[in-house]
Amino acid sequence: MAKSSVKNESSVKNFLYLFIFMMLIWLALTSSLHWQELIVGCVVSIVITFFLNSNYQPLGLPSLNLIKIFYIFIYLIVLFIEIVKANFDVAYRVLHPKMPIKPGVVIIKTSLRQDIAKLILANSITLTPGTFTLDIKKDKLLIHWIYVRSENIEDSTKLIGARFEKYLGKIFS
Amino acid sequence: MGIVGMIITGIGVLFLLLGNFGILRLPDVYNRIQAGTKCTTFGAFFTIVGIGILEPNWFWKCLLIAAFVLITNPISSHAIARASKIIGVLLCDKSVIDKTEEFKNEKGV
Amino acid sequence: MTILIVFAIIIVLGMFFSFLRMLIGPTASDRAVAVDTITTTTVALLVLLAFIFERYVYLDVSLVYALLAFVGLVALARYLERGI
Repeated sequence: MAKSSVKNESSVKNFLYLFIFMMLIWLALTSSLHWQELIVGCVVSIVITFFLNSNYQPLGLPSLNLIKIFYIFIYLIVLFIEIVKANFDVAYRVLHPKMPIKPGVVIIKTSLRQDIAKLILANSITLTPGTFTLDIKKDKLLIHWIYVRSENIEDSTKLIGARFEKYLGKIFS
Repeated sequence: MGIVGMIITGIGVLFLLLGNFGILRLPDVYNRIQAGTKCTTFGAFFTIVGIGILEPNWFWKCLLIAAFVLITNPISSHAIARASKIIGVLLCDKSVIDKTEEFKNEKGV
Repeated sequence: MTILIVFAIIIVLGMFFSFLRMLIGPTASDRAVAVDTITTTTVALLVLLAFIFERYVYLDVSLVYALLAFVGLVALARYLERGI
């Protein structure tokens, strides 16, 4: 009995997330707040969500509260700063006449469990200075590093993954 | 408002040029992917958002396109990098370390 | 407006570099990466052209182009992986 109620709850939660996401996309596409557009958008979103709900169940999305939303904002700001730094880093390496690169492939560890958290971590690592995710197996990530600073697993984990994992761990706890 | 949008678009265009130049200049596939992914994602994001600021009626749609580029670009280049690792494209001569073999022996999915 | 046309010319110049890599590229993955870069650049160029020619429809074109390019590149990567 208890198990089925938990399952129900997560299904409703997923339905709401997907519905709000669809509605946001609809609003951005039409960019108008006329009531006819809103009604059509609601109907279309509900139909799509109804059919796709079961596919998004295994992702394991977390339940949100104010503190988590706050951490999501901090995470976005940190990500943006890292992206800007990454671009100046690449610009320096491409335009320098001697090309100061020392590439290599290293392994790092992660403590995150959910698939969606690992996906976000991998994409964030791809967008940040000098690193690029090649593959994921369980809790290990294969990383291509354009300027290798350390070769063992613990140090690379601290240098590459720790700054995101701090916040992602709080969001997906 | 016009000048702000113009500057943001200009930054984006500059980084698009740099990313494409990096594709031509860097030595092997993985380094090229580094330049390609980072610079083009950032450049496309800034160009599109800059146009959205120049024409405020289009802002939300431009933001949607920019967000789409920001989400999908790392995924597609990750797919290409993984494929080239599996078919065995070699790293360039300057590389110092390669732990791929160690990673292949790991258990799991 | 003139500045925006100069921007469009710069973007096309950048695409020419990637095009060269697509012609030279020693392996198939090199060419795939070059195509990836060209498609992302084209999405940005289409939005810029939409503003220059004042056509709202071009935004839809660039959105659909981004979608199709993503699907196509993932399919291309799967094809390379299996080595068919």
